[in-house]
Amino acid sequence: MSMAAEERSTRAPWVLTAPALMLFVGVLLIPLAMTVMLSFHDWGQYKGVEPVFILKNWHEIATDPYYAEMFWRTFRIAILTTLLTALLGAPEAYILNRMSGGWKSFFLLVILGPLLISVVARTLGWALLFGGNNGLVNKLLMSLGAIRSPIPFMFTETGMVVALAHVMMPFMVLSVWAALQRLDPQIENAAMSLGAGPATIIRRIIMPQIMPGVLSGAIIVFSLSASAFATPAIIGGRRLKVAATLAYDEFLNTLNWPLGAAVATLLLVALVLIVVGSNALIERRYAEVFR
Amino acid sequence: MAYLELDRVAKQFGTQTVVDDFSLSVGKGEFISFLGPSGCGKTTTLQMIAGFLDPTRGAIRLEGKDLTAIHPAKRGLGIVFQSYALFPHMTAAENVAFGLEMRGVPRAERSERVRAALAMVGLAGYEDRHPRRMSGGQQQRVALARALVIKPSVLLLDEPLSNLDAKLREEMQIELRQIQRTVGTTTILVTHDQNEAMSLSDRIVVMSQGKIEQIGTPQETYEKPASAFVSQFLGKTNDFAGTIDRTVAPTQLVAGSWRAPAPAGLGGPVTVSVRPERIGFGETGLSAKIITRIFQGNHWLFQCDSECGPAIVIRQNDGKAQPAEGDAVRLTWRPEDMSVRARAGA
Repeated sequence: MSMAAEERSTRAPWVLTAPALMLFVGVLLIPLAMTVMLSFHDWGQYKGVEPVFILKNWHEIATDPYYAEMFWRTFRIAILTTLLTALLGAPEAYILNRMSGGWKSFFLLVILGPLLISVVARTLGWALLFGGNNGLVNKLLMSLGAIRSPIPFMFTETGMVVALAHVMMPFMVLSVWAALQRLDPQIENAAMSLGAGPATIIRRIIMPQIMPGVLSGAIIVFSLSASAFATPAIIGGRRLKVAATLAYDEFLNTLNWPLGAAVATLLLVALVLIVVGSNALIERRYAEVFR
Repeated sequence: MAYLELDRVAKQFGTQTVVDDFSLSVGKGEFISFLGPSGCGKTTTLQMIAGFLDPTRGAIRLEGKDLTAIHPAKRGLGIVFQSYALFPHMTAAENVAFGLEMRGVPRAERSERVRAALAMVGLAGYEDRHPRRMSGGQQQRVALARALVIKPSVLLLDEPLSNLDAKLREEMQIELRQIQRTVGTTTILVTHDQNEAMSLSDRIVVMSQGKIEQIGTPQETYEKPASAFVSQFLGKTNDFAGTIDRTVAPTQLVAGSWRAPAPAGLGGPVTVSVRPERIGFGETGLSAKIITRIFQGNHWLFQCDSECGPAIVIRQNDGKAQPAEGDAVRLTWRPEDMSVRARAGA
C-alpha cells in the first residue's frame, strides 16, 4: 500500500464521522462543559453572573440540607417509580406475550400508543382526574359520599410516582417484551413435562431469564424518572420540587444560573454513576445467560 | 396388552382437522417413529400424548389408564424438543437435575443420578457448563439426559436430530438407538427423515394429511407400501400404469410390453410399483431407452425413458458390463418385487 493510500485509509473514518462528531461536540459537549464551568461562577442579586472561579454554589449544595432533601426526594421518587413499573410492567409484558395474534398486536398498540401523546398531555390527564375539588374522580366520589375531602394527589409524592409510572410504563414493557422474545417457545412445556407447576415455571424458569430485561428497563425508567421535568412540574409544581424543577427555577425564576448549573451537573454526575455502576453489576451477574 | 394406546384420536383447530382417526398400540420398550412431511399431524399427535394439546376426540391410554385426564406435569413422560429447550440460566447438571428436584428426590441421590445420566450420554465432566457454551450435539445430549433421568414411562422425541449436521446426525442416530436399547424405554420419535425412521425404529407410522397411511416395520413399509404416498415417501420408486385383462385365461397384468400372471382380487386399470434396485435388464419386458447413466461407486444409476413413462434403475456395481447411454433395453422384474394397486380415474 502506498503512503498516500495509507494516509487516506486512516483519514477516511475521521472525514466520514466529522459531520456527526461536529454536531455532537457543538450541541452536547460544549454546552455541557459550559454548564459545568458555569457552576463555578459567582452570582449576586444586583451584579448578576460573575465569571470567576469559586466553590460557593457547590459549598451551598453540600451544606444546606434543603438540597440534600431535594436530591433524596428525586431519587426516592425515581426508585419507587422504577419498582412500580417493574411490578406492573413485567407481568403485563408476560401476559401480552401469551396472547394470541390479533389481541397481542392490539394490546401492544394500547401500550405503545401513549408514547405518541405528549408527556404533558398524559400528566394533565391525571390532574384532570384528581386535581383538588374539581377533579372528575374526586367530584364523583364526593357526590357519592365515598370520601369527604378530595383524595390528596396533586403536590404529593404518591401522585408524582403514580403519574411518572404511567408515563414510563411503555419503556419497561418493551424492555421485558424484548427479553421474552429471546425465550425458547418450548421452554415452559419443557419445564412442565419435567413436573413443574405454573408458579414454579414462572419463578424458576421465566423470571431468571427475563431478569436482564427487567433490569435494563429499570435503568431506563430510573434515569428518565430522576431527570423528568414535565410530570414533576405539573403534579408537584412549586410546592414539591425535585432536582430537575429546582434547576429550572434557579435558572428562570431566581435567575441564579450558577447555582442552577451546579444542581444540574450534580444530577447528571449522580445519574451517570448509578447507571454505569448498575449496568456493570448486571452484566457480570448475567454473563452466563446471555453470552 | 398394549402399553401405550391411542384410540381413534382426532384433533381439530377450528374447522381444520389436523389429526384424524389415529389408532395405534405401542408395546412396552418399542421404538416407534411417526414419519411424514411437515404438516402431516405427527407433531400434533406427539403433543397430545405429551399433554400440551387436548385431543378433540378419542382416547389415549397408558397401561390402561386414561392419560388425557392427567395434567402434563404429572404424566411422567420424557420429552426432547427440536430446539432442545434447555434452561439457559442453569448448568448442564442443574438442567438434568430439574426433573428430579420437582419429584423431591433427595440431594445425594439426585447428584448421583445426574452424574450417571450425563455419563450415559457421554458428557461426564461437563456438569458445570452452561448450555450456551456447548455445541449443538452436546446440547442435544443434555436434553436427552434431562428427559431420561426421570425414568419416563415413555420417551417422546420431537425431531431431535434435525438441527445437527449430517455426520453428527448419523452418530447420534446410532447412539440414540444404543441408549434406547440399554434403558429399554418405550420411545416415540417424530421425524420427516425416512432414513432416520428406518434405521432407528421397530415400527414406522407413516402419516399424511392427518391420517395414518401405514403402520409397519421399516422393511414392510419399504417393501410393501400400502399406498402410493408411502411408496413415494419412503425411498425412490417407479410407478407404471398397467391393466389387468380378465378376458383372457389365465388373466394377465399388462404394462406396456411387460406382462405377468395377474394377482388375485384386482381388475381393470392398476398402478404397478417397483423399487429401482429390483429392476433388471433382460431379453423381454418393458422397452426403454437409457437417457443418463451415473456411476456412484458401489452402484450404477440409470434414468430411462420407458413406454410407461420415466423409470429409474439401480444396478449393483458387480463388475459386469452395463448398458450405455442411448441403448435400447428391456426392463424386467420378478412379480413378487412389485406391488399392484387399483388405479383410480383411468
